[in-house]
This record gives sequence, C-alpha cells and structure tokens, in this order.
Amino acid sequence: MIYVLLMVEFFKIGLLAIGGGLVTVPFLFDLADKYDWFTKTELANMIAISESTPGPIGVNMATFAGFNAGGIVCGILATLALVFPSVVIMIMVAKMMNKYSCNIRVKDILGGIRPAVLALILFAGLELGKIVIVDVKDVLFLTIVLSMMRIWKKNPIYYLCLSAVLGILLKIL
Amino acid sequence: MRNLWKLFRLFFKVGLFTFGGGYAMLPLLKAEVVDKRKYLSEEELLDLYSIGQCTPGIIAVNVATFIGYQQAKVKGAIMATLGIIMPSIVIITLVASVLEHFTDNRYVIYAFYGIRICVVALIFNIIFDLAKKNLKSVYNILMFFGAIALLIGVNISAVLLVVLAGSVALAIGEFKRRLIK
Repeated sequence: MIYVLLMVEFFKIGLLAIGGGLVTVPFLFDLADKYDWFTKTELANMIAISESTPGPIGVNMATFAGFNAGGIVCGILATLALVFPSVVIMIMVAKMMNKYSCNIRVKDILGGIRPAVLALILFAGLELGKIVIVDVKDVLFLTIVLSMMRIWKKNPIYYLCLSAVLGILLKIL
Repeated sequence: MRNLWKLFRLFFKVGLFTFGGGYAMLPLLKAEVVDKRKYLSEEELLDLYSIGQCTPGIIAVNVATFIGYQQAKVKGAIMATLGIIMPSIVIITLVASVLEHFTDNRYVIYAFYGIRICVVALIFNIIFDLAKKNLKSVYNILMFFGAIALLIGVNISAVLLVVLAGSVALAIGEFKRRLIK
C-alpha cells in the first residue's frame, strides 16, 4: 500500500513542481504533515545531504525521502514516480517544440505559477526556520551564513561544510 | 543499441558530477553535448534550459529527457533519464543507510545542527534570487500576495495552490485577450 501512495504522491510532485529542485521542498513539507514517513527536521537534513552529494537535488531528495519512508525499494519507486511526468511531458514538448515555446496560454499559466511558487518556498523556509532557529545564537549564525551567501556566490557545499564545523565548535565550546 | 548505451553513460556522468541544482550541471553538459559530441549548439542548449525550467519536473531531468529524445526517440529519452537519476539512487541509498548508524553520534548531531541552519539560509538565499527575478510587475506581486493570503488564511496545500494559480492566470490572460478584441 505504501508503494502505491508513495508513487502517487511523488508523481504529483513531479507534475507540479515547476522550476527545479528546491521547488519540491514545499511539497515534501506537505508530505511530512500528511504521513509519518519523515519529520520536518529530518527533511532539513535530507535537503543538506541532497545539496552536497552528486546528482540533481530534486532527484536526490526523492530518493532520500522514499528511502526514509520505507527502505531501498521505496527510494527507487519515489524517484521513478518523480521523473515519470517529466519524461512524458518532455517527449511531447520535443515533438512540438516550436509550437510550445510561443504558446501564449502556456506563458500565461507559467506567469501565474511562478509568484505562487515563490510564496510556497517562502512559507517552507519560514516553517523550517521556526523549527531550526531556537535562540539568539542561532539567529546570529543564520544571519552570518546568509550574508556570506549573498556576498560570495559560492557553491552551497562550501557553506554546508563550514556550517557543520561551526555547529560542532559552537556546541563543544 | 550502442547509441542508447552511450546516452545512458553520458547522462550518468553528468548526474555523477553535478552538485546541487540544474544550473550547476550547465558547464559540464555544455562540454559534453555541445563541444565534444555536437548534439546541439550552445544557443539551443540555453533554449532547452528555459524550456526545462518552465515545464513540470526537475530541470536536469527535463533537459536529459529532451536531448535523449532528439538523439534516439522515446527509447533515448528513457535511457538518458535513467542515466541521470542512477547516481542519485545509488549514492543517496548508500548515504542514507550509512547515516542510520550514526544518528546517535554526538559530533554528527552537532554537525547537523549547523547544517540545518545553513539549509534555512540556502532557502532564503533562493527566495531573494527568485523574488528579484519574478516580482517585477504589479500583476506578479498581486499573485504573490494572493498566494500568501491563501497560505495563511486557509493553509492551502502546495498542489492545490499551483493548480489554482495556473487556472487563475489562464483565465485572466484569456479575459485580457477578449477585452482587447
């Protein structure tokens, strides 16, 4: 039963997460509310690992979330379900590429979805922040790391490694 | 058959050496499919990226499927997609299984404390980038606050919100065109 549920849920994510890997985050948040497959804290760990291991982040998170929900088979099924809509839709797009790229209705729809997706990601960020950030020290930590990201646009892996070290140091000292 | 296997290997390699999101794989993809194999030109690759970004699904997967289809039709699309997701499946499964044994290690817990804060920072970082790109017109800002209102007011699910936003935008666009006529 979990196989079917998992595939339906990740199929939906693959169909509706428009704009790349991190867009899947709010959808995974909804799954954490709906099922006991993983908690939101675990989700934060998954995002970090998916950012710092090879492979597109959205695919990594699907494998990870599926694995957490029910082991290796679930990880594979979740990933396949996630990419299935892409395969079907992109094959259709490839067949009628020129017609699609200038279709005015498609542009309308996407123009409305992008701001909504931004709102979704903002909410997911705030919700995660509420769980992760508990005291003044954490706020300071967040501010410093975020400022560094805005100033030096480096690969996220650098910041994740740095934060891991900072986390250990802060807790030990 | 050899062609299909080649597609699988090509995208396996791209998946293996991509860290992060779809844009991180652009330089590697360019080196492989534009410079080395000449499957498409640099402009075509960039066009493909914009299509991949506004079609459902993970950008990297969309780009792989598209190039696979161009090279060897449906079979090519499937092989390219399997190629790009295979490293993720193997590596994440390994990491997740290993991690299960370290969840009560003190240092791992401390490290993840720092990492989680970094993840929040990464999400806000993306929000800044997206806001700069997507909140340029009054229409977009209205759609954005409409979505926020629904999220706060009725705690709408992500799936429903995306479907609703798309339908409303389509209706408004259609209405505007009728008005002009």
